[in-house]
Amino acid sequence: MASAPYASAPYGTPYTGPRQTGARYSDAAVYRAPKEPTPTDAPAPASIQPAIPPSASARRPLWWSGATAGLAWLVVGLLTWLLPNAPAGFTEWNYTVESGIATTAGAGLLLALALAAPWLGGALDRLRPAGLWLIALALFTGAWQLLTAKYGVLPTPFFAPPQSLAEVYIDDWARLSDSAWHSLRLLGHGFLVGAGVGFLTGVAIGWSRAVGYWVHPLIRFIGPIPASALLPLAFFVFPSSYAAAVFLIALATGFPVAVLTWSGVAGVNRNYYDVARTLGASQWFLVLRVAIPAALPQVFVGLFMGLGGAFSILVTAEMMGVKAGLGWYLTWAQGWAAYTNMYAALIVMALVCSGLITLLFAVRDRVLSWQKGTVKW
Amino acid sequence: MVALAQVRPPRPAAPTTTGAHIRIRGVSHHFDLKDGPLPVLDGVELDVAPGEFVALLGPSGCGKSTLLRLVAGLEPAAAGELLQDGRPIRNPDPSRIVVFQDPTLYPWRTVRDNVALGLQARGVLRREAHRVEQALALVGLSEFAEVHPHQLSGGMAQRVALARALVNDPALLVLDEPLGKLDSLTRLAMQSELVSLWQRSGFSVLLVTHDVEEALFMAQRVIVFSERPARIKADLTVDLPYPRHRGSPRLAELRHQALGLLGLDATW
Repeated sequence: MASAPYASAPYGTPYTGPRQTGARYSDAAVYRAPKEPTPTDAPAPASIQPAIPPSASARRPLWWSGATAGLAWLVVGLLTWLLPNAPAGFTEWNYTVESGIATTAGAGLLLALALAAPWLGGALDRLRPAGLWLIALALFTGAWQLLTAKYGVLPTPFFAPPQSLAEVYIDDWARLSDSAWHSLRLLGHGFLVGAGVGFLTGVAIGWSRAVGYWVHPLIRFIGPIPASALLPLAFFVFPSSYAAAVFLIALATGFPVAVLTWSGVAGVNRNYYDVARTLGASQWFLVLRVAIPAALPQVFVGLFMGLGGAFSILVTAEMMGVKAGLGWYLTWAQGWAAYTNMYAALIVMALVCSGLITLLFAVRDRVLSWQKGTVKW
Repeated sequence: MVALAQVRPPRPAAPTTTGAHIRIRGVSHHFDLKDGPLPVLDGVELDVAPGEFVALLGPSGCGKSTLLRLVAGLEPAAAGELLQDGRPIRNPDPSRIVVFQDPTLYPWRTVRDNVALGLQARGVLRREAHRVEQALALVGLSEFAEVHPHQLSGGMAQRVALARALVNDPALLVLDEPLGKLDSLTRLAMQSELVSLWQRSGFSVLLVTHDVEEALFMAQRVIVFSERPARIKADLTVDLPYPRHRGSPRLAELRHQALGLLGLDATW
């Protein structure tokens, strides 16, 4: 139809070579079309190979960056272990010697691995690219150790040496893991509710004019409000602070998921529907088998944004009213001027959030494996 | 290509389907634009006999594709009536399958699942799954069943679209410039493939094209349309047996006639 211009084909690698063979007809009624020369970048089915790794038997070179990192960590370990701590006024840094010995041992292991690399075959292949990062981390940790425990250049209550982090994890792991668990549970409830409701809303607005008429203005009006602005309201409307937090996290997740699902459904190539309709598809088929799969890439963008929003409101809610979780731990640690505990909780939070995003991307890569190039997290 | 056209395909004992009889009676149509209605079809009268291969030829944007959409039932005609075997065409129906200029494969489905689309949409996939393999074999893509569309070349993608149509055993195949975006070599080969598919299955074909040679090489009748709003200018019968030879003097003669009707005969 004149009103629906053909989108330039998003797939279809250009045909690259001339036809070599003409058509032949076998005497069975089965007709074999001339074989298309395989385009250079479209290999035969199921033969998409990653770059061929060096064969297992090939001898690897020495892992130079790993060896350098091992040496650097060895210096850090020995510094921590043998250099006396500067007097810190009110406290002695616990676990100094232990972490020094552990670091030295780890460094020795790394050094040994790096030097033994030629005889280890492919065992280190995944670790190799991390060499430069290992060096950088050693330099950072060494400087951190010197500026805090060893020479006390950075002011003590606010900046603690690395071994004090170890102390927090060893002495306070029960409370920390309990907090992380509470955060995950709250986030899970809110995110799942929000993603589900947001997805259904988005599909409904994208599909039905009537639903769009009523829901679209609401989304436009309420959606952009930062969910944290509704915290005080939610805390007295809902029976418990937990329920209020679930609601707010769901709101923060649902808004981007709904908007992006909607735009995904609305942006589906009209010809996809024409094709399905001429093949006898029902309305449900068009929604479930055409609109939703076609919109999924957008839905995942929405989920990604929603997860970010959910982290933010989760921590805010825990700081302001929910009496558990990593956000609560942060305020609690700050209240006691336990800055080391705060750093420790921040690191746990970074691991948890990053892990969840990684998980989301892994799910996406699985679901959208048909897409050509997807961003790697 | 010459050699290819001379190889005679084995004729099946009986066609697997009977072609649809399409009657188009006084069909006019217009688009509602901002500045008022834009007429695109003007009193079109056309009969397609069961099993007939009819090409619609006309200048770009004359309204041929609109006529196909009406025949497919994707849109109702503004005036006039369209009948399939005596029954009015109101909605899309799997007995009339459209192959578009773009293959329009679903990128999230493998080649096999794309071909299975029609069976799945009608809820008969479980019972008739074997037809998918047959259709893939028919277009020579059995080995590519598990591949996703972005890995296919343009010609292969269009063959998948063809298999997706044929799997439904249509009574009418509606082809909307199906070879328009292919390179010229693939195009020539697929013209012969389409003709041999049609010969072996017995459905009726309506082919829209703006390629004079393609229309004359493939079709039994070529309907020449005027500029928009499209009216039928001429109804040429291509009285040549299949397989045809592109160098045939009769084809050259008909081409001259058709180009003359389109006002392009100065160079021929």
